[in-house]
Amino acid sequence: MSQIEVRNVVKTFKDVHAVKGISLSIEPGEFVALLGPNGAGKTTLVEMMEGLQKPDSGEILIEGKNWKKHEKDLRKSIGLSLQETRFSEKLTIIETLQLFASFFNLGKERINEVITLTGLESKTKAMVGTLSGGQRQRLALAVALLNNPRTLFLDEPTTGLDPHSRLDLWNILDGLKKKGNTTLILTTHYMEEAETLCDHIIIIDEGKILREGRLKDLLDDKSRNLEELFINLTGKKLSDDDLIEQTK
Amino acid sequence: MKSIAHKQLFQLLRAFCLEMLREPEVLFWGIVFPVLISIGLGLAFTQSAEAKFHILIVESKPTAVDSLLSLYGHEGKHKGQPAIIWETNDKALGKTQFDFTHSDWESAIISLKRGEADLVIADTPDGLRYRFDPHNSQAQLVYMKLSALLQSPASHDADTNIAVEPLELKGVRYIDFLIPGLITFGIMGSIMWGVSYTIIERRSQKLLRRMVATPMRKSSFLIALMGMRTLMNIVEALILFLFAYLIFDIRIQGNIAALALLFLAGNLAFAGIAILVSSRTSKTEVGTGLINAVQMPMMLLSGIFFSYHNFPEWSISAIKLLPLTAFTDGVRSIFNEGAGWEEILIPTIALSALGLLCFAIGMKRFKWH
Ligand SMILES: Nc1ncnc2c1ncn2[C@@H]1O[C@H](COP(=O)(O)OP(=O)(O)OP(=O)(O)O)[C@@H](O)[C@H]1O
Ligand SMILES: [Mg+2]
Repeated sequence: MSQIEVRNVVKTFKDVHAVKGISLSIEPGEFVALLGPNGAGKTTLVEMMEGLQKPDSGEILIEGKNWKKHEKDLRKSIGLSLQETRFSEKLTIIETLQLFASFFNLGKERINEVITLTGLESKTKAMVGTLSGGQRQRLALAVALLNNPRTLFLDEPTTGLDPHSRLDLWNILDGLKKKGNTTLILTTHYMEEAETLCDHIIIIDEGKILREGRLKDLLDDKSRNLEELFINLTGKKLSDDDLIEQTK
Repeated sequence: MKSIAHKQLFQLLRAFCLEMLREPEVLFWGIVFPVLISIGLGLAFTQSAEAKFHILIVESKPTAVDSLLSLYGHEGKHKGQPAIIWETNDKALGKTQFDFTHSDWESAIISLKRGEADLVIADTPDGLRYRFDPHNSQAQLVYMKLSALLQSPASHDADTNIAVEPLELKGVRYIDFLIPGLITFGIMGSIMWGVSYTIIERRSQKLLRRMVATPMRKSSFLIALMGMRTLMNIVEALILFLFAYLIFDIRIQGNIAALALLFLAGNLAFAGIAILVSSRTSKTEVGTGLINAVQMPMMLLSGIFFSYHNFPEWSISAIKLLPLTAFTDGVRSIFNEGAGWEEILIPTIALSALGLLCFAIGMKRFKWH
């Protein structure tokens, strides 16, 4: 059974067709990148998989269960970070984690584990309001990992981070991949992020899947990397952010 | 399962309390400000009775008033102008001072219009006449006092006013009226702003959405938020009461357990309204408008600072239906009239029912993301 099954999902906001009939299937343990420019429909698609938005039509199954009937079970087994969440500024990191841990009925040990995993040990008593962007992203990841989710959704986890912090986050996720208990769905504009972390790459634009597959199957002589592939597919660049390319 | 729910509730309550305590302005507006208001208003309205009136005399030749003034009055100043001052003293009613100045008719009328003078005495071919606006109750009071004084000038110096006995019982002073009102008013404000704002702000920051993406019980979140505000209101009310007790010797004459129950019902009512008000919007401007729309009428009509019995007859039965009116009247009756369970039964049930109803509708319409 696939970990996630998306069948012909459509979502429209008034006159915007955000997702125009997407189907995909994700196997347990896979690391999947949803790659696409601004407004492609990545967040809408991911939030439908997370049960936070309802598709207009189509079906989404996680471990064979749909959101309508199994919301309670599914909430316990997934982890996620939203594209933009601001945690309460007046709580410390440890207090934020304690709060979220209580929703899953988890204790101190697990809180300490995610703190170590995300490298926040020295910051546990810092107010969220005083954290840097990278530290906030790590906190969001720590919260997402609390319940040892079998399915993890991260919506642009590294946007706005410097290359160094981005690398730190990749290392954490790579560690998870090696353990093999987690399926990851990650959205990004960064080619390199998709290339290093993910084996399964889905390129979407304007609410549709343009190409999908393993990295090496997607590339050929004409498209030697994802950047070129994307330009060949759409005639436009994926992202204006050339930071990574410059630092290479 | 039960312990999970408890743990969630406890952690949510703890988080809300921590956030509130780390917001120093909250402590100022919630605690220091009401105490300052009550002290200010309390002192302003409990000063000893002392009345001072300005009388203008318009005459063509000296009259009987002048001879009385030369006998009982003394030279002095009124707002820098030379005047004749006539003071009387009454043990029960306090000191009264009349400042007399001479004037011509034209400027006397101007002074009356400006409110600089209370009354004009004019000599006419038919004798002395008092001239004032009979709709002005202050002027009427001056007329009564002055005409009595001019008729028997000597009797007023000699504390003979045995017919008046000042009422200085506990519970009839203005401050006794004011403090319970300030307490209930503070509760309404603290809950309406505290609960609604917290919800709207979290919704706009997508924190609500993040929280409902976990197995958190939605009701736990709202109950913890209401609980935190209620706890804070208990502290605020106790502090305000303590000050009022120390400074003005305010007492609770009725049943304290009944007061506690009514207090909780009032908190529940406003918390329910606050949740309903903030159930959908994620814009703080909209929230502010809605909160004001709910609070303003009650602030003006529910008799917090002045009794609503001065409003027209037909409106009073409607005013009594407002939750703040029911709450305030109930709390006042316990403070000042010695009320107990029986008297507060209906307001307590009505307020709780309103709170639960609003809570239920609010929960139903609630937009978590
Ligand atoms: N709640 C909404 N109401 C109206 N339109 C929406 C809403 N959410 C998304 N859209 C529209 O749907 C389209 C897809 O948006 P979505 O957020 O899924 O894009 P995205 O791929 O995540 O973009 P980004 O990279 O900028 O995060 C956009 O055109 C957006 O304007
Ligand atoms: Mg997005």
